[in-house]
Amino acid sequence: MTRQQSKTQGINRRQFLATTARLSCAVALAGGGIATVAKSQPLGPQAIRPPGALAEQDFLSACVRCGLCVEACPYDTLKIARWFEQAPTGTPWFEARKVPCEMCDDIPCIKACPSGALEQALTDIDQAKMGIAVLIDEKNCLNFKGLRCDVCYRVCPLIDNAITLERSRNERSGHHAMFIPVVHPDACTGCGKCEHACVLDEAAIKVLPPHIAMGKTADHDTYIDTENTTLEMLNKGFEL
Amino acid sequence: MSTAKVNKARFAEDAIRELGWWKAHRFLLLRRASQLTVLALFAIGPLWGLWLLKGNLSSSLLLDTIPMADPLVTLQLLTSGHVPEASLLIGAAVIGLFYALMGGRVFCSWVCPVNMVTDLAAYLRRRFTLPRTPELPRQLRYFMLALVLLLPVVTGVAAWEWLNPVPVLYRAVLFGAGAGLGLLVAIFLADLLLVERMWCSHLCPSGALFALLGKLSPVKMTAMNAKDCNNCMDCFVVCPERQVLKPSLKGPSPIITDSDCTQCGRCIDVCAKRVFQYKNRFTSQDKPLEKSHRIAKKAENEQ
Repeated sequence: MTRQQSKTQGINRRQFLATTARLSCAVALAGGGIATVAKSQPLGPQAIRPPGALAEQDFLSACVRCGLCVEACPYDTLKIARWFEQAPTGTPWFEARKVPCEMCDDIPCIKACPSGALEQALTDIDQAKMGIAVLIDEKNCLNFKGLRCDVCYRVCPLIDNAITLERSRNERSGHHAMFIPVVHPDACTGCGKCEHACVLDEAAIKVLPPHIAMGKTADHDTYIDTENTTLEMLNKGFEL
Repeated sequence: MSTAKVNKARFAEDAIRELGWWKAHRFLLLRRASQLTVLALFAIGPLWGLWLLKGNLSSSLLLDTIPMADPLVTLQLLTSGHVPEASLLIGAAVIGLFYALMGGRVFCSWVCPVNMVTDLAAYLRRRFTLPRTPELPRQLRYFMLALVLLLPVVTGVAAWEWLNPVPVLYRAVLFGAGAGLGLLVAIFLADLLLVERMWCSHLCPSGALFALLGKLSPVKMTAMNAKDCNNCMDCFVVCPERQVLKPSLKGPSPIITDSDCTQCGRCIDVCAKRVFQYKNRFTSQDKPLEKSHRIAKKAENEQ
């Protein structure tokens, strides 16, 4: 042992510094590579996350990719992202067109999450914001053609809240009504049942992640809350 | 007994003759059984609905009650600035404590599935007597560990989890994410063709963290009968961290205190002279020191 120790202590300062510098350079290069891989994944993927998921960047710093939420999902909705799929490898997501979220009352996926990547604070599944449904194709949607398809409206778990049918005059026939499905983003949970049920070969209504589906007004814009602004103006009275 | 010159074709032959085939492969087979059992316990859930263990090695739930979590991924979350739920922290503590008691790199040799891949590469190297290639510095893995813990600070995400081969292999089996196996092939080829034992003994940050955790573990490999050593060198040939053997064979204390030791027990298997044993470091320290033996000179010279 003594000889062994003397041998290791025999490394002089110059050697030590040289080795440390060399290793640091090598490891820094490797780190650059890993960081590039990690950052090359789209930060705003099209993938729909489980209910309660944090915003994408926070989600990626919190998710340990254990698959517990996937195993907890009773409907096999959630799946683990494989390499080169839409989401970073190992993270949970789902394709609404294949298997939508069934919106379990007890939200087992959130309960299973050990890391807080899915927020435990979300206890009412109706408050989930997995995504926002967008009626993306008004050309092929049957209701826009004056038909009464209504399937997306009928399957919506929050029927008449998240999707309503707005009646308007059918200008083409002149004496029929059109029933246009309208999504209300405040109520839509992004479960994807509408996209799953759409009768077209390619769904005319699609669930998109909230950051893609929604625009965002600038903070300084006063028309964010037009209702209150107008009321305020009326209450103040008009100065002549 | 033959000369000390390593004859690759006759590797461990003495041990097999002396101890019998089973005893000369005991810990190898037990380790494979252990690694496969852990993997199977996770896999029977998704495959057959027998949920003894949920999740994977990153984080899991035993019998729906006991949380377990990988300390490395937990530390990454913390350095990324995310405060995880208590169950993850408890899980990491459970696993950390387990390996602090059982020996840190016991994980590497008895649980980690990547070990099977790198052991295969090492076996092929031995079988086809590939030349010893230039060594990487041993402390490289601690730099890797530092890197893995620093990357979340810089990038804001748990960056290492994109590449960590342990969950990659588990996901391939449990969730059918086969594309990640390319990474395992890369590790296998690097181990086989670039540097001997490249991944497990030089680079893996998980191994580095578990080594640190096991520093104070009472369970240690011990060269109790070092005086019987006949310098056959079989243990040096098979040991994944052969630098840990020399001090115990020739030094004043027979205990392998170096935390690099994965306690795989292969040195016990291949030693016809029954030199090595698993020991509790505190009881085995009471033994009087062997002053007289001047053994493993050859070993020393060759290293």
